[in-house]
Amino acid sequence: MLEALEGSQAVARAVAMCRPEVVAAYPITPQTHIVENISKLVADGKLICELVSVESEFSAASVVLGSSAAGARSYTASSSQGILLMTEVLFNIAGLRLPVVLTCANRAVSAPINIWNDHQDSMAVRDAGWIQIHCADNQEAVDTSIQAFRIAEATELPVMVCMDGFVLTHTLETIEMPDQKLVDKYLPPLNFSRKLDPRAPLSLGTLVGPDHFTEARHSHHAALMKSTAEILAADADWAALTGRSCGGLLTVEGPEDAHTAVITMGSTVCTIREAMSVYPNKRKTKLIKLRTFRPFPAAEIRAACVGCKDVVVLERAISPGAGGILGVEVKAALMGMKRQPVVHEFAVGLGGRDIPLETWPRLMEAVARDEEPSFSILDVELEKLPVEER
Amino acid sequence: MNKIEPAAPEAPPQELSPRDRQPRWRGLEAGHRACQGCGEALAARLVLEAAGPDIVVTNATGCLEVFTTPWPQSAWRVPWLHSLFENSAAIASGVEAAMKAKGQRTKVIAMGGDGGTFDIGFQALSGMLERMHNVLYVCYDNEAYMNTGIQRSGSTPHAAMTTTSPPGKERMGKRHMKKDLLSIIAAHHIPYAASTSVSFPADLRRKVRRALDIEGPTFLLVHSPCPLGWGHDASRSIEIGRLAVECGLFPVVELERGELGGVMPIREPRPVADYLKLQNRFRHLFADDHRAREEREHLQALADHNIDKYHLRGDGADPLDTAGIDTVRRGGPLR
Repeated sequence: MLEALEGSQAVARAVAMCRPEVVAAYPITPQTHIVENISKLVADGKLICELVSVESEFSAASVVLGSSAAGARSYTASSSQGILLMTEVLFNIAGLRLPVVLTCANRAVSAPINIWNDHQDSMAVRDAGWIQIHCADNQEAVDTSIQAFRIAEATELPVMVCMDGFVLTHTLETIEMPDQKLVDKYLPPLNFSRKLDPRAPLSLGTLVGPDHFTEARHSHHAALMKSTAEILAADADWAALTGRSCGGLLTVEGPEDAHTAVITMGSTVCTIREAMSVYPNKRKTKLIKLRTFRPFPAAEIRAACVGCKDVVVLERAISPGAGGILGVEVKAALMGMKRQPVVHEFAVGLGGRDIPLETWPRLMEAVARDEEPSFSILDVELEKLPVEER
Repeated sequence: MNKIEPAAPEAPPQELSPRDRQPRWRGLEAGHRACQGCGEALAARLVLEAAGPDIVVTNATGCLEVFTTPWPQSAWRVPWLHSLFENSAAIASGVEAAMKAKGQRTKVIAMGGDGGTFDIGFQALSGMLERMHNVLYVCYDNEAYMNTGIQRSGSTPHAAMTTTSPPGKERMGKRHMKKDLLSIIAAHHIPYAASTSVSFPADLRRKVRRALDIEGPTFLLVHSPCPLGWGHDASRSIEIGRLAVECGLFPVVELERGELGGVMPIREPRPVADYLKLQNRFRHLFADDHRAREEREHLQALADHNIDKYHLRGDGADPLDTAGIDTVRRGGPLR
């Protein structure tokens, strides 16, 4: 049944349907509505779980680390500064290979303090060893949240579900909520193989010296690379049950023989999709909707870009002093192609800056003129800055 | 026809090693890599003996974690989880929440050193206590960051020398006081918080059992001499730990819901100097100058204050006082 739901509320209900045994969280805008909704579900007896309202994001991540190690299905959510405060624990959860699921309500990182959306927070923990999946709309956020538990528990890798703060978390959409029976069928109870159990004691988190550390890192990297199979299977099985696919690793929309491709993640996908229909381009253009950022689907991106002359990367984060982040990774993926496309990197929508539909034709004109430098931040209003900082 | 089997020859009585004759269950096995005379290693073994096998241990980063688990070995016979330096209490909260969710009664013991408890892990600990998790937190207090090579912590006593509080022309060791952690813990009004010392093993075991019997958060501060960090002979750890209690510098007390419950009476208070002079970290306090004298007097005053505050002075011999039946004597009492 279709319901009009706020993104956070829908995600909270989806998470509750996965029957988490332990939820720990600390409030931060724009993640708050998710944990508020989960707290209400617990208070109303609709979700039976241990809800641990901790004193910091650092402890939120630590609590789910502990509960997951003890074999309980565990969930947390955060944003921005919260993700950064968790950083040390996030690396640790991944290194311990614990199947935690976290929703990142993507938000800019301070300073200057800004509560609105971009992807700087999840990009900052790009190398933590988590699977990172981006949602384009709230239906995807619901479906991906459920898939995330399945992926995490099958791969013993933590999964970060990224959804744009405010743009998705605080927006009402018509959403099809799945049936509880269907979710139960899709997601069996967790039976974690390495849980802390006095009947079969294990030591988790031991000291590993130079003689084994390289192997541990290799095994982690290999597990992430291999997890693509499970990400695809989880999406395919979900599609078989519900008729809805979230698009596996990435999806390509538009003509196959397009000469221009635009790659983006999160809600920007929907903005560009809309813009492309409002401002049809003279040149054939395809939209590559990147869903899985980690593991990074380099081969799939190459395949999607075959025949393209120009590839436009729109991303909501930057690496100051270097340029783009996603853009650099796309460039690396396309290196050595027979007819290597020109990659145009643009940072857009930083700190909640609106991305109007008119951006699209302007962007296409610039690409056609080939005037833009390889990386630029779009829509910088230089007159707002002192002359020496322009 | 029945054939009578010859009786099997009786197996010769096997010589059991002292370790195999050890009747107690051991949660922390021998063979780990702690230094000789390590107070923390002994204390952890005693905690686990008292706790029994139905527990999960979480461990902050530090000596204990390092010397017990060099991959691919582990000295732990109980499920054990190490995550980071500052989150032992928080991961213990998570393990406990999982146990609760699964309807299991397994008790959780969080462990950390003084760095991981007084300083960097303090917030997570306070949160765990405030949320009333059913966890026993054990802090092995050796009064400095020993794992990184003896740096001062919030627990380092006033005037002690560490590598980051060295004495010199302008300084007499650590400038600040030892943080009164137990009072801060007690201010959370948890059911039970106590201090004990590795030098009084029966007291330590009793407090572990008592803490584990309580539903809710409990806290144990275990004074644990560190021969390397304190600069004393490895064979004297127990004596030095006992002197710390006997002089009043480390009061052994129990606090129930924030109120003083029991204390270990001091049969015969010893001068603080007796405790200090056995340790290199206080060597600069025995120089022949007024600064050294002043600091010694300062420390004596702190010990006297503890004795008054907690009413530690015993009235006559008590089997449970500092010279009672729990006293480990080797070659007679130290005089």
